[in-house]
Amino acid sequence: MGDKKKQKLQPNQQRYQAFQQKREIKRPIFKNCIKAFLIGGLICLIGQLISTFYIYQFNFTEKTAGNPTVATLIFITMLLTGFGIYDRIAQFAGAGSAVPVTGFGNAVISSAIEYRSEGFILGVGSNMLKLAGPVIVYGVFSAFIVAIIKTILTQWGGF
Amino acid sequence: MLKGHQSWIFENRPSILSTGTVGGPFEAKGKIPEAFDILHEDMWINQDSWEKAQQKMLEEAIQTTLKKGRIEKENVEFLIAGDLINQMTPTSFAASTSSIPFLGTFSACATSMESLALAASIINAKGANYILCAASSHNAATEKQFRYPTEYGGQKPPTSQWTVTGAGCALVAQNGNGPSITSATIGKVTDMGMTDPFNMGGAMAIAAADTIEAHFRDMQIDPSYYDLIITGDLGHVGREVSLDLLHDRNIPIDADKYVDCGIAIYREDQPVLAGGSGAACSAIVTYGHFLQEVMKGNLKRILVAATGSLHSTLSIQQKDPIPCIAHAVSIEARGEHI
Repeated sequence: MGDKKKQKLQPNQQRYQAFQQKREIKRPIFKNCIKAFLIGGLICLIGQLISTFYIYQFNFTEKTAGNPTVATLIFITMLLTGFGIYDRIAQFAGAGSAVPVTGFGNAVISSAIEYRSEGFILGVGSNMLKLAGPVIVYGVFSAFIVAIIKTILTQWGGF
Repeated sequence: MLKGHQSWIFENRPSILSTGTVGGPFEAKGKIPEAFDILHEDMWINQDSWEKAQQKMLEEAIQTTLKKGRIEKENVEFLIAGDLINQMTPTSFAASTSSIPFLGTFSACATSMESLALAASIINAKGANYILCAASSHNAATEKQFRYPTEYGGQKPPTSQWTVTGAGCALVAQNGNGPSITSATIGKVTDMGMTDPFNMGGAMAIAAADTIEAHFRDMQIDPSYYDLIITGDLGHVGREVSLDLLHDRNIPIDADKYVDCGIAIYREDQPVLAGGSGAACSAIVTYGHFLQEVMKGNLKRILVAATGSLHSTLSIQQKDPIPCIAHAVSIEARGEHI
């Protein structure tokens, strides 16, 4: 893809892009990975603590504690997003705060807040899933594909 | 009068009578808070949408300019202004409340200098006595339209820039004691196949270099003519790229005399990554800061090359490159021009 795109460029465009790239500030990928690992891990640790709390205080089992834990994490995310803190954490953490369920929550909540000025139906209603929608579409789609593969393998593969 | 391929000389020396600048809370904490006539504590400015807040700031900038210039708005013939929001509605609404005959201009973040060049040209040809030219932008309104919701947690790369919240306005007149507008160079749209909207400085650098080069060629002068060459909102990346490009083309600009509004407006410890951007950036820093330096006598001649990237969210989604432009206007202290 990258090479194909480059071939379409004129020689002067290629020269300029190479010239520009040399002076571009690079993303600190290694540092970002470490930060994402630490913050992502921290969010998961908090999730585990909440989960353990539900199991020991409210008679949930390890299996059923998942739902209230996710709900609690999303509630905390809602507060952090509403008070304008989550995007600051995210600028530091990157994928660390985008990948866990809190990132999904933030995508929905921030859109809902932003489009409030356009009304509840065509504003909040139709834009709320603008960022999170693709996650749902391709999440369901890939689950479907994986389920078909699994069915084929278990039915006819003899596992 | 046309000079060279793409430049105008204003032999009647239109002058900038007064200016008005408005900023938001983040700008108040920046490097040049004294450049603003009005600073707001709140991003909403008591309005119920970001777009209305932007409109309000533009209205305030216009009113301040008129007040400082001691001109009634009925005496102003035209308002030339623009912004970044779809179909420039904040500017149109502000134009409607001010009820001054209105010309809308769009060159993204180069709108400020496009408006100033056109105003000077009309004044020079005696097409008007007074013209207001303005540009505005609002960080949250721009983020919402071009990027993600304001509170969305997406990590931005170090090449991305922070849109300035504010508005800048200038009143151009036939004569007066203010600094005069002596020439302007209208830029060509450049397309270097750059597609990353988080690196606009890198994309716009060539437009700035092209226009500055064209200005020196058309005017038959060299960079030493100016005390300061000011670019609009290239940020750290674009400033370096454009300066190296100009050096490569044998235009000897002193690095100390080559400044950028996007770098000048915020302090280094503010989380703006590569620097400031937005239509208001070059308008505020030029009118509120550098023009004041000209009036104080610290600077005699400046060239302001505002840069704009002309993409839309649609063109980015459809994988089109970012077209860029730069317009340059030369401002000189009264009595300094040749």
